[in-house]
Amino acid sequence: MKWDEFFVTGDPLIYGADVSIALTLIGVIFVLTYFKKWKWLWTEWLTTVDHKKLGIMYVIAAVLMLFRGGVDALLMRAQLTVPDAGFLDSTHYNEIFTTHGTIMIIFMAMPFLIGLMNVVIPLQIGARDVAYPFLNAVSFWTFFMGAMLFNISFVIGGSPSAGWTSYVPLAGLELSPSVGQNYYLLGLQIAGIGTLLTGINFLVTILKMRAPGMTLMKMPIFTWSTLITCVIIIFAFPVLTVALALMTFDRLFGSHFFTLMDGGMPMLWANLFWIWGHPEVYIVILPAFGMFSEIISTFARKTIFGYKAMVYSMVVIAGLSFLVWVHHFFTMGAGGAVNSFFSITTMLIAVPTGVKIFNWLFTLYKGRIRFTSAMLWSLAFIPNFVIGGVTGVMLAMAAADYQYHNTYFLVAHFHYVLISGTVYACFAGLHFWYPKMFNHRLNEKLGKWTFWIFVAGFNLCFFPMYFLGLAGMPRRVYTYGAADGWMSLNVLATMGGILMGIGFLILVYNIYYSFRYSPRETTGDPWDGRTLEWSTAAPIPFYNFAHVPEVKGHDAYWIAKKEGTDKIKKPYKPIHMPSNSGVPIIMSTFFFISGFGMVFSWHWMSIAGLIGVLATMVMRSFDYDKGFYVSVEEIEKLEQTTK
Amino acid sequence: MDAVEHSPNTPLEYQTETGRLNILGFWIFLGAEIALFSTLFATYFVLDGRTAGGPVPADLFEVKGVLIETFLLLTSSFTCGLAIHYMRRHSLKGLVLWIGITLALGLSFLGFEIYEFIHYIHEGAALTTSAYWSAFFVLTGTHGAHVAMGIAWIALILIQLKQRGLTPDTSRKVFISSLYWHFLDVVWIFIFTAVYLLGMVM
Repeated sequence: MKWDEFFVTGDPLIYGADVSIALTLIGVIFVLTYFKKWKWLWTEWLTTVDHKKLGIMYVIAAVLMLFRGGVDALLMRAQLTVPDAGFLDSTHYNEIFTTHGTIMIIFMAMPFLIGLMNVVIPLQIGARDVAYPFLNAVSFWTFFMGAMLFNISFVIGGSPSAGWTSYVPLAGLELSPSVGQNYYLLGLQIAGIGTLLTGINFLVTILKMRAPGMTLMKMPIFTWSTLITCVIIIFAFPVLTVALALMTFDRLFGSHFFTLMDGGMPMLWANLFWIWGHPEVYIVILPAFGMFSEIISTFARKTIFGYKAMVYSMVVIAGLSFLVWVHHFFTMGAGGAVNSFFSITTMLIAVPTGVKIFNWLFTLYKGRIRFTSAMLWSLAFIPNFVIGGVTGVMLAMAAADYQYHNTYFLVAHFHYVLISGTVYACFAGLHFWYPKMFNHRLNEKLGKWTFWIFVAGFNLCFFPMYFLGLAGMPRRVYTYGAADGWMSLNVLATMGGILMGIGFLILVYNIYYSFRYSPRETTGDPWDGRTLEWSTAAPIPFYNFAHVPEVKGHDAYWIAKKEGTDKIKKPYKPIHMPSNSGVPIIMSTFFFISGFGMVFSWHWMSIAGLIGVLATMVMRSFDYDKGFYVSVEEIEKLEQTTK
Repeated sequence: MDAVEHSPNTPLEYQTETGRLNILGFWIFLGAEIALFSTLFATYFVLDGRTAGGPVPADLFEVKGVLIETFLLLTSSFTCGLAIHYMRRHSLKGLVLWIGITLALGLSFLGFEIYEFIHYIHEGAALTTSAYWSAFFVLTGTHGAHVAMGIAWIALILIQLKQRGLTPDTSRKVFISSLYWHFLDVVWIFIFTAVYLLGMVM
């Protein structure tokens, strides 16, 4: 292989990316060396098993991926603004919509939510860490390495271009001979390990590590939504693991699962993909529902309306999420009976979702509402999500779907649910829990600027797409003719996209601005919160709670504040905490090496990487480090410096 | 955290918080494994019969070899249970002996399975032959790879038993690996029935 086959060449955009990647790397290395921060980085962050720090790293990685995916989106909008544009050629366009979709779902939405879960869940249930802190670090680093493996594809070897759904035969070896598709398969496979481990970890954490008194039906709604999400992850992700492995076998080792020849069945891929893929969209929406519930309840100063209905509706949604996958390909022609079944199950999901919408509205009803940034995102979510949901029911009708299928109507629908559901929740949660992560608030004024510009941009970008779809514009086309008459709506959409980009930039500026100028927290309870995470000190000591709190009902901290029991001091007891470990990052690096080797079919490299993975596992097995105890004196000293 | 009270009858592996958490987590992991193997079985059934004019399973499957494999693996599950029985009675010697026998049976199973695979490949049925054989090799191969991983893992635990004796930590590891081993046995029963028996009859 020559070097110009290894690196992607010939495109000025890619050269620009090469230069910016190199400059960023040099900049990071320079700053770390100049300020002598390498050791700090290693001991405080790269080897940490603290759920709060892992959560912060998840969120930072997710924001970076949001930038990458957002740039992809703006490039697409640039190409589609006017008819017959020559900004991107068809191949480049295909690569960009593929990486945009994959990155936004797998490497942005999920890690953003999992990051916030990491920060919040142990605090919310009154625990000192997750059930398996070491495994939590493995989860983060496998996600991170998987994401990096996927991301380098656009400068080394070439990006995947068969869509984030990677339908065969398009994604097969004959029609996608480049290594791009291998990056997709290996990057997702490695990141998937981390997601599965997170699912198990948080399920056990929530089941077994709740503070005394917190029965299942007294858990905060966000904790409930995480619990249910974990169950979905545990049963959905193994399906993705198998589907990816089978396609990897097809492409690298000549098997015939999805090929057109020798008995293979391309539609098997579509089925396996969506048996994972549909639960996946609930993996990224249920935690969002949980966050909105917390935020709306806090800023309406009311306990959540219809707690039980909220919980049961999430359970029903989780169950139904495994029974609807065929609605992604009604046009496959499975026949009337099959399509009707999946049509009905799909429409049924609107029922528990509607229950939740009404519960949020009734929580707001007669509440004393404070319009903080976090609350604004939550309020905008309700009407926007309803638009996405109602058009989803339109798509659920199999007969009508033959008309909407593969048009911009669908693109508009899923952006309406994913952006106004998941992305709004990520922003709302970020503003809401930011003080718990960085010990200061995000600036509210800038936060509101972000909100108004982004929400206006979002609606301007995606609402016209419903009409583009009804006017017949197919999705995934890289250009269109002037005679199609789609230009004016496309111009609107591009303007909306630019506004969303500006909103994102203000958010990034806000992070910098607040770091410099926001007053530091003094109480740990900036919003007059209701759940246990707000009872922790500011800054949070690494063991979270000096005393394990006792829970008397919903909104445990609210009750404690009302009864005045939140300030009672008891004698401290030594606290057991886990030790840091360098194994997770090293193990994940070997996963990366192995994956990179497989992408290029350099089997010596993939085998060497796998041996490295196994060696680190053996190291871990022989490691009998049991953590350490924080003595009473240390706790007293730390507790005096906080609050 | 590890100093939670327990009755004197509590098995060693359940005496610590870590032990209880890890065992529960492993049960849940086995739930994910069930989802994984279910997907492989579903794939196998979908692709069953799609031999593209190549060899069909009824021509190649032989009762004898498969029965020997089944016998070996099922017996190994039994001996694995005996090992846990001795662990509960705090007999390190009995535990190590029966784990050793379990590993030997597991290795023989793997030997027969590899021999069987090589035989099929010689007869012209390989991963690349047709969709059916792709599904066959990946389903049975995933199970075989799990058995191989299990053998390596349990061998490491044996070393730790020699180094440290029976402690809450080592007994937890033995117990969890035994859950894994029994699980592989259960999966094999489904492979034996759904792949081999049906493949010979249909």
